[in-house]
Amino acid sequence: MTKDQVNKESVYKLLEEVFDPEVPVLNVIDLGIVRDVVLHNEDEIEVVITPTYSGCPAMDVIAMNIRFTLATIGFKNVKITQILSPAWTTDWMSEAGKQKLKDFGIAPPTPKQQVCNEKLFAEEVIQCPHCNSWHTHRVSEFGSTACKALYVCDNCREPFDYFKCH
Amino acid sequence: MNSNYLIDYTSHLADNALILGHRNSEWCGHGPVLEQDIAITNLALDLIGQARNFYQYAAHLINESSQGKKQASEDTLAYLRDRHEFKNCLLAEQPNGDWAKTILRQFLLSVYQYLLYEKLQESKDRQLAAIAEKSLKEVTYHLRWSSEWIIRLGDGTEESHQRMLNAIDELWQYTSELFEPALYEQRAAEEGLGIDPSSLKLKWEEKVKEVFIEATLRYPDEISVRKGGKNGDHTEHLSNILADLQFMQRAYPNSEW
Repeated sequence: MTKDQVNKESVYKLLEEVFDPEVPVLNVIDLGIVRDVVLHNEDEIEVVITPTYSGCPAMDVIAMNIRFTLATIGFKNVKITQILSPAWTTDWMSEAGKQKLKDFGIAPPTPKQQVCNEKLFAEEVIQCPHCNSWHTHRVSEFGSTACKALYVCDNCREPFDYFKCH
Repeated sequence: MNSNYLIDYTSHLADNALILGHRNSEWCGHGPVLEQDIAITNLALDLIGQARNFYQYAAHLINESSQGKKQASEDTLAYLRDRHEFKNCLLAEQPNGDWAKTILRQFLLSVYQYLLYEKLQESKDRQLAAIAEKSLKEVTYHLRWSSEWIIRLGDGTEESHQRMLNAIDELWQYTSELFEPALYEQRAAEEGLGIDPSSLKLKWEEKVKEVFIEATLRYPDEISVRKGGKNGDHTEHLSNILADLQFMQRAYPNSEW
């Protein structure tokens, strides 16, 4: 693809090659963080993204990789705009993305109505991505990155990450 | 000049998040168990991310109102202001102490931030509303995590219960400041841009009581001893934080990673 053939859909398609550095099976489209693509003129393109978490250190790397990727088809003037509202939610993650997470050994987010609230000691029922058992329990609300919690399977005894609802 | 109160209000929200986040980050590598070390540093990351969003907005307001004469950025605000310019509540800057004290500080401020951001989402200022909406999701997790720890420690062993009591003794004196509005909070609330913190007090007490009861902790009587942080009058502890936080930029101006 060259710059002359670019339209909005083809840019979206190209952005599927930009991956989350911390969850390398998910691209930015799977994550649902690309909110808009605006082609201002033949040299200037704007990509509107929203952060998953306020302090997510992957966002700077992702923005840089979007620039690199669009540079490969000739866009030198890439504007990355960050918006905060509406706030990102795991509901925006694609079904393909959820399946990729599971195949990678990370339990995908459940629909958010479960326990995205301040109620105490509410534990989500999470399926083990390894043996599919529902017999699992939470070890910690916070995992290796802001977006994950630590679980362990009581059947196969394997620990696993859960991409928590947000 | 008209927007000065909004700059101060935004900086105050940023400072609360940054200073609490910095305190939590001091636990990195020192948590009681690995999982909780990771949890408290995740909280630090969320809070510092929220602080960045508020600082970026404050910098934008400063630059706009000075018509280009000032060149503020999130970095100049965090690294190059002196202690009297910070507007965080005194509670946020109190030292970590033991795990019980850290948890209590977090819990009291998480309840506060939860109620504040819930209302601030309706601000007429669209950027403040957006930051509040984003932050609220993260603070919800902080609130749940810290509440569960209050209960675990309060209703735990004799020693953990005693440590919670000590923490309450040390920190309760800083809580009333949260609800006494500074002038910039009053102005921001009058204009529909900010929240009058005194309006959060009843709900805050209700939530704290609910968790304290579960934790078998007596809800203390109100004491108002220490305040001033919102107007730049801080305890000595903030100086120690800033010495640590700002050292690199002070010693090597403009250095970058």
